[in-house]
Amino acid sequence: MGPFLDPFLDNQFMLRALLAGIIVSFSCAIVGTFVVLRGLAFIGDALAHGVLPGIAGAVLLGLPGIAGAAVGALAMIAGVNLVTRLTRLSSDTAIGLLFVSMLALGVVIVSGSSSFAGDLVGILFGQILGTSPEDILIQAVAVMIIAVIAVICARPFLLLSFDPEQADVAGFPSRRYHAIMLLLIALTVIVSFQTVGTLLVFGMLLAPAGAGALLAHRIERMMAWAAGFGAISTYLGLLLSYHFDVAAAATIVLVATAIFFIVLALTSARSQVPAGLSPGAGTDVRP
Amino acid sequence: MTESRTTDAIVAHGLAVGHRGIPVVADIDLTVRARSSLALVGTNGSGKSTLLRTLVGLLAPVSGELRVLGERPGAAPQRLAYLAQFHASGFILPLRAIEVVRMGRYPNLGLFGRMRTEDHDLVAWALETMGVAYLARLPLRSLSGGQQQHVYLAQVLARRADLIVLDEPTAGLDAGGRERYLEAFAAELARGAAIVTATHDIAEAVEYDQVLLIARRVVALGSGAEVLTADQLLDTFGIVLRDPHAHHAGRFVVAERAHGAPQVVDFERGSPD
Repeated sequence: MGPFLDPFLDNQFMLRALLAGIIVSFSCAIVGTFVVLRGLAFIGDALAHGVLPGIAGAVLLGLPGIAGAAVGALAMIAGVNLVTRLTRLSSDTAIGLLFVSMLALGVVIVSGSSSFAGDLVGILFGQILGTSPEDILIQAVAVMIIAVIAVICARPFLLLSFDPEQADVAGFPSRRYHAIMLLLIALTVIVSFQTVGTLLVFGMLLAPAGAGALLAHRIERMMAWAAGFGAISTYLGLLLSYHFDVAAAATIVLVATAIFFIVLALTSARSQVPAGLSPGAGTDVRP
Repeated sequence: MTESRTTDAIVAHGLAVGHRGIPVVADIDLTVRARSSLALVGTNGSGKSTLLRTLVGLLAPVSGELRVLGERPGAAPQRLAYLAQFHASGFILPLRAIEVVRMGRYPNLGLFGRMRTEDHDLVAWALETMGVAYLARLPLRSLSGGQQQHVYLAQVLARRADLIVLDEPTAGLDAGGRERYLEAFAAELARGAAIVTATHDIAEAVEYDQVLLIARRVVALGSGAEVLTADQLLDTFGIVLRDPHAHHAGRFVVAERAHGAPQVVDFERGSPD
């Protein structure tokens, strides 16, 4: 079948990686669309890093990393809510501080255990080539949960993206649906970190959805574009990493960001850059 | 439904509105009945928007009594429409105009209700009434500010609310748009809705059943003819222009006081009187 399919047909681990990467792309397409539309990139980034001490702590105690990631993500969300409620500091200050402290805590935990260095790289950059059938199962369940919640919450999520106060007045409390959105981001990060890693899951959340935002005039189509771009990035990234023997997850994210910039260049050439992507647009994060 | 429609849209006694428990305007007593309209007139920062946001349930009353559509504010989203002065949405949102108007049906549909023929008809009617049916399939972000305002007003119409709360709805509309808006919302009043609008426009405020002059306190409440006098406007705005050839309550034009003493200026002479 040639160099484009053989790596996947000849190697079980490549096939599993492809499957896992595509499933992660679908989760990231749904959730990333709202991350991009609502300007939640920073809290997404913070969640992706906030899980680090949780994972490190769990591994240290001999527990599954995914459980530690869940604890880390929930602690992060609770912390951001607490700090923004107690002070008049803007939420990005609160997010930034928690983000840095969680990351530092993770590194401290890891550095305290000498056997840990290899795992740290694994946590940050993923082990997509080591994906197990159980990982795929967990991700498949997660993407279904995410899709069902996104369908149920389609109207409040749209109102929330349009104007949080409109959501409140329309009888869909913005706080509640914002919290659900944060939990979806957390769920995506938690189940994706083993494949693409905490550092790079963030790229998969933003790049395909960002490219989709440049092309679509409807939210469903933006998600469809994002899912397509994510799947193509996974395939091309794995292929390139196989043939050139470079890190798989990082290559996938590089392809995804390259696609974003190509789409940006093409759409900018056709018209002006959509105003929404200018700096500062939609950076408001409501707790 | 018949019974609820006959209850007053808004009843406030000794109401104080503000942020975080700190009042901006206190001692508000007012009643707005179904089929009647109220204009809030005041400068920026006078408390107009704070009062409107309290009426729709976005802010809790600081003190006093407030019943909206017979319930506590915000308890009846299906019967309420609100259009804010500014829109938080970044225009990155991939939405077409028609989807914005469809959002007007969401309170009635809830999470799972399907858009029925009746809902689609209301959306089409609202777009038509605001004269933006031809924009329905275009992306919101490709429309001008004025066109977007027409679309937002169509969303309000599509809601078929019993209480409509609008914060400076005509800002950014051209003369044609303003006329279309006045006509459409006069029809909403006739249908049985109550309307509360914040405005700077004295000539427009005269058309309302009641006018509330507001300057971080209640300056006056009454009919346009009673309330829109030089003295009261002076109290509200600090500077008033008078058109000596007009003899109706809307003959004043107000400007915000920058500094110095309040003054009334005749149009023609252009000198203080």
